Amino acid sequence: MSKKRPELKFEGGWDYAPAPESSPVPLKKRYELFINGKFVSPKEGKYFRSVNPATGKQLTRIARAGTKDLDTAVKSARRAYENVWGPMSGAERGKYLFRIARLIQEKSRELAILESMDGGKPIKESRDVDLPLVAAHFFYYAGWADKLEYAFPGRSPQPVGVAGQVIPWNFPLMMAAWKIAPALACGNTVVLKPAETTSVTAMHLAEIFEEAELPAGVVNIITGEGDIGAALVEHPGIDKVAFTGSTGVGKQIARNLAGTNKRLTLELGGKAANIVFEDAPIEQAVEGVINGIYFNQGHVCCAGSRLLIQESIHDDFVARLERRIETLRVGDPLDKNTDIGAINSKAQLDRINELIGVGLDEGAELYASGCELPDEGYWCRPSFFTGVSASHRIAREEIFGPVLSVMTFRTPAEAVARANDTCYGLSAGIWTDKGSRIFKIADQIKAGVIWGNTFNKFDPTSPFGGFKESGFGREGGLQGLGPYLKF
Amino acid sequence: MSFVLKSPVPRVDQVGVIERAAKFTKRSIKNVAKEQGLKLAVAMMDLTTLEGADTKGKVTHLCRKARQPMVTRFDCPPCAAICVYPNQVAHAVTELEGSGIPVASVATGFPSGQYPLKLRLADVRDAVGSGASEIDMVISRGTFLEGGLQEVSDEISAVKEACGKAHLKVIFETGELQTYDNVRLVSQLAIEAGADFIKTSTGKVSPAATLPVTLVMVETVRDHYLATGKKIGVKPAGGIRTAKEALQYLVMVKETVGSDWLTPDLFRFGASSLLGDVELQLAKLVDGNYQSPDYFSKG
Repeated sequence: MSKKRPELKFEGGWDYAPAPESSPVPLKKRYELFINGKFVSPKEGKYFRSVNPATGKQLTRIARAGTKDLDTAVKSARRAYENVWGPMSGAERGKYLFRIARLIQEKSRELAILESMDGGKPIKESRDVDLPLVAAHFFYYAGWADKLEYAFPGRSPQPVGVAGQVIPWNFPLMMAAWKIAPALACGNTVVLKPAETTSVTAMHLAEIFEEAELPAGVVNIITGEGDIGAALVEHPGIDKVAFTGSTGVGKQIARNLAGTNKRLTLELGGKAANIVFEDAPIEQAVEGVINGIYFNQGHVCCAGSRLLIQESIHDDFVARLERRIETLRVGDPLDKNTDIGAINSKAQLDRINELIGVGLDEGAELYASGCELPDEGYWCRPSFFTGVSASHRIAREEIFGPVLSVMTFRTPAEAVARANDTCYGLSAGIWTDKGSRIFKIADQIKAGVIWGNTFNKFDPTSPFGGFKESGFGREGGLQGLGPYLKF
Repeated sequence: MSFVLKSPVPRVDQVGVIERAAKFTKRSIKNVAKEQGLKLAVAMMDLTTLEGADTKGKVTHLCRKARQPMVTRFDCPPCAAICVYPNQVAHAVTELEGSGIPVASVATGFPSGQYPLKLRLADVRDAVGSGASEIDMVISRGTFLEGGLQEVSDEISAVKEACGKAHLKVIFETGELQTYDNVRLVSQLAIEAGADFIKTSTGKVSPAATLPVTLVMVETVRDHYLATGKKIGVKPAGGIRTAKEALQYLVMVKETVGSDWLTPDLFRFGASSLLGDVELQLAKLVDGNYQSPDYFSKG
C-alpha cells in the first residue's frame, strides 16, 4: 500500500466552542427514600455516595434502604393496592398517568441534565432520546388504563397486586418508566429499586408523583445496593417481579423465585448482530453501526455489538468505520456537542478494559479513536476489533461499552448461523437494499427485536424483550400489559 | 442502458440519510466558533442575481457588496464570487477589477437546459469569452430521467472542454431528480465527466438545496477523493436563507469530508439573501444583543 494514500483531516481548522448546558438544576445534597407518599430517612440512617462518572467525584448522597424500610415499602404498596389503586376505575388511573406524563414533559430539561450528571450519558441523548421516550411511555400506557378489556376481549383482565421492580443504570428514568407505567395502568402498585449508581432521577420522578398527587403507596422507591434489590424480589409481599439487568443476576433471581407463586419477567443481556450485506446502503449502514454500538457509550443491552459484514466489502467498511470514529466527540456529558459521554462507573470501566485486554490477547486487532480523554472520571475511546473469531470472548460476552467486534460472512445462510451463534437473543439489525431479504433473514434470527436498515429505534407501542438468555416477557406495546394482568 | 461508471455508487437509504443530516443540525455553535463559521460562510458565498430584470446597476450593486459584504466594523472577508447571467458577465468583470473576486456565469441554457447542445456550448464559450472564470452549467434532467446517462456524461465533457480554463460547476437540479439514489449517481457521473464543482440547484425549482441532498453529494466527493486523490467542490444553492442553516452545512462538511473542504475553493453557498441574516448574527455576537433589522442592508 502506498504511503501517500489520500486521507481526510478531521483535526484542526474550524472547531466548535464548548457549549455546556447551563441551566441550574435542583440537585440535592442528600436523597431520601420514597415510601407511602413521603420522603423518609432510612431507619438505619445510612447513606452512600453517588459519583459523577465524568469527574469521579461525589455528586450527592443516597439513602441506603434496610430490610425494615423494605417491609414498610411493601406494606404501603399492599395497602394502596387493596384500598385505593386496585379498586380505582381504569379511567381514573389513566388521569393520574396522563398528569405524570405531562409533568415529565414540563420538567424534561432539568431531568435530562440530572440524568447526564448522574449517569454520564451525553446531554444530547438524555434530552433527545431518554426524556421524550420516558414521557411517551407514560402517555402510551395512560391510554390503555381504561381499555384493558378491549386489549384482552372476553378475558376480564385483573391486576396482579404488588410489583417489585429492579432496574439498571444505563437508562435510569427510561427503565423506571418502562416498569412503572404499565404496572400502574393495569392497577398494580409498585416498589421500585433503581441501580445504586443512578438513583437521582428516580427520586426526582418521585417528586413528580407527589406533585401529581398520586395516592400514597402506589409507587414506593427504595435505594441501595444489590442486596436490597435481592431482598425486594424475594420479599413474600411481592406478587410480580420485573428485572432488567445482567444475565447473571437474572439467573439468580429465576432460581430464587422457583417454587414461589411470583410472576417474573426478565430483560437481560445481549450480543446483537448487525448484519451488513454488500448491497446495503453503505453510508447509512455505517451510521447504523455507529449508532448501534456507541449510543449511550455502548451501555445498551440491545447494542449492535457484533458487526457481521459480508466479506466482499469488509475492508472498505472497516476503513469507513475507522474514519467515522474519529469524528465522534468524547467528553463532558453536559456539552451539547458531546457524542460519547463517561462510562457509568469505575467498575464498568474496569470490566470494559479487561475485555479489551482479552480481545488483544486472543489476537484480534484493535482500532480506537485518537480522541483525547479527560484526565478525571471514567472514559473509554470508541473502539472496534477486527479479525474476531466466533470463539473469542469478545464475540461471546457482553462488553457493555463502546467496543465493537467485527466478523465476516460469505452467504445469507452463514450470516444467519453466525447471528444466532450466541446465548443471547435480544436484538439484531439487517442492512440490505433488498426488502425481501430483510423479511427472510428476520424470520430466521432468534431475537426479540429486529431492525431493518436502522438500529436502536424505540417506541412505546412496540414490544421489547428477549429470546434465550436475554430473558423473557415483553415490555412496551399491548404485549407489555400482559405480565401485569391476571385473567 | 450500457453506461458504466468507473466507480460504482452505493445505494442510498432515504430514511437514513435524512436522519444523519438531522444530526448535524443538533450541533451547538457558539461564541468564537459561531463568529468564525459565519465569516467563513461569507467567504464561501457566491453572491447571486439571476433575474430577467437584472440591470447593470443591479450587478454593480452586487459587485460592490461582494467586495464589502457588510459594515466594516465586523471585519468580514469578501464573498467568494458573484454569479450572474452571461449578458452581465462583461460588466461584472469590469466592476470587480482588482478585487480578485471571480465572476461566475450560469450557462448552457440556464435554468432548464432544454436547448440544442450546440447552442448550450455556444452559451458557455460566450460567457467565458466575456471573462467568466467559473461556469455554472445545468444538466439535461430530461435526458437523465430518460436513462440517457451516456448522453448526460458526454454533454458535461463537452461543456468542460468549452470552458477551457474556467472552473466548471455542474448543476443537477436535485429537486427535479428527486431521489437520493439519483443524486448519488449523477454526482459520480458528473465528477467522472470532468466537473470541478457539483451544485444542487438553479434556485428556480423548489425544493432547492437541502442538507440531506448536499450530504449525499459531499459523501460522493469524499469517496472520490479517497479513491483518486482529486478534490471536487460542492455548492448547495437556493433555499439557504439563515445563518443557522449555513452553519449546519459547515458542520456537515467538517464532519463528513474534513477540514480540507472548509475553504471557498471546495465549498460554496449559492445565495442571495443569506448575507443579511449573517450580518445580523455577527452584530449580535459583537454587541451582545439582537438589533433591529432596520440597521442592516437588505439588498
